[in-house]
Amino acid sequence: MAQGHDALASGLERALARHLRERLGDEPKVTELARLTAGAANETWRFEAVGSGGDGERLGCILRRSPASLGVEAAADSETNLGKTGEAAVQQAARAAGVAAAEVLFVLDQDDNLGEGYVMTLLEGETIPRRILRDPEYGRLRAHLAHDCGRTLAQLHSVDPARLPTLNRMGAAEQLERYGEIYRSFGQPVPVFDLALRWLADHRREPSRVTLVHGDFRNGNLMVGPEGIRAVMDWELAHLGDPMEDLGWLCVTSWRFGEIDHPVGGFGQREDLFAGYEAAGGDRVDPDVVRYWEVFGTLKWGIMCMIMTHSHLGGVTRSVEKAAIGRRVSETELDLLNLLA
Amino acid sequence: MPTDRPTVPELVEAVREFMENEVQPNLEGSVAFHTRVAVNVLRIVERELANGEALRAGEREGLASLLGRDGDLDDLANDLIKGIRGGELNVDTPGLADHLRATVMAKLAIDNPRYKSYQRALEQDA
Repeated sequence: MAQGHDALASGLERALARHLRERLGDEPKVTELARLTAGAANETWRFEAVGSGGDGERLGCILRRSPASLGVEAAADSETNLGKTGEAAVQQAARAAGVAAAEVLFVLDQDDNLGEGYVMTLLEGETIPRRILRDPEYGRLRAHLAHDCGRTLAQLHSVDPARLPTLNRMGAAEQLERYGEIYRSFGQPVPVFDLALRWLADHRREPSRVTLVHGDFRNGNLMVGPEGIRAVMDWELAHLGDPMEDLGWLCVTSWRFGEIDHPVGGFGQREDLFAGYEAAGGDRVDPDVVRYWEVFGTLKWGIMCMIMTHSHLGGVTRSVEKAAIGRRVSETELDLLNLLA
Repeated sequence: MPTDRPTVPELVEAVREFMENEVQPNLEGSVAFHTRVAVNVLRIVERELANGEALRAGEREGLASLLGRDGDLDDLANDLIKGIRGGELNVDTPGLADHLRATVMAKLAIDNPRYKSYQRALEQDA
């Protein structure tokens, strides 16, 4: 965004004075404002808010806001992406239901003049998949992380829909139509994708229950400590749908980061994930349904790679990273063939 | 006709080595990250310059034998997609999965030979 670092800092100071006056006083200061590079689709910043009251409270914060992008990617996302206000509301509702997530401090409004976004408490922990999978510090965690993910997902799927903002119903049928359409619009046929689309249409089943679905619950969106999950992040793809979608997505080979013999995020086995889910009150898991969503997720990631590459090719966001990611489509083709044939 | 040197692959290799050995070590943050991505892109280009033609020839032959007719790669690939979209060809069609697997393996040899699923498939073929 065009807004510079200093302008953002003073804008945040005004916003803090408006939204957190009781806690931080009339003239809070923002220090250590820094852009976090992770997450290309969003702007994420960290900063420290320093209260102007006598005790000078210091509060670690994260700002998440939407970048001002338009075009292919935005069009593809417009119906699946919640917007930052909705994202904050879902995150807060999940947190209230016991899901580990950062506390939302306030949502930006028009008078803040900082775009759409929200500020939450800064949490400390590890989010980088390769470290979670390889650092000795997380050796003991890896032994129970799949089980922990099952428990967290069962909590997430139990959130009372009445406490959620209006969410799109995105079952398999709606998503098949949407992603199939986007894929075909590129005019770049990938035979394996067409086979997968056909297989997914032929094997579709009605979900046994419709719940809140996180939509991007995977290694990379989990903040952990050596003891367990500290926060589930990136709620922007939340929707209503088949809860098994989240379990399948977590098992997609791309999210194993090379540890392909540990199907759950590269760290665990499916049985542990399912056991943790059922022990925490989740529905009985049908492994075939999770496998269906793993096929779906593999295809969806492949199409997402195409979306990002075409955002570069179409001139929406010129970036070597987006250009390069189109060459990851073949990875998902092989994984789909392994699942289907 | 003799080829002038440096050849295209040699030029790309020179740029890639420069970026990798001289530029990248002096960078940090997101520029360092994107430089690493750029180096990786040049590796893909190098592999495609070396093997791309063989990949396309192999794919064309595979398609011709699968579809039982001759033609150029684009025509045959188009027929394959039409067959799948029309439902005449599916995962159980004899030879289809083998053809797709061979093509995808050849693509991954260019795109990302370090991908674990690819390496596992190579081990299993050996």
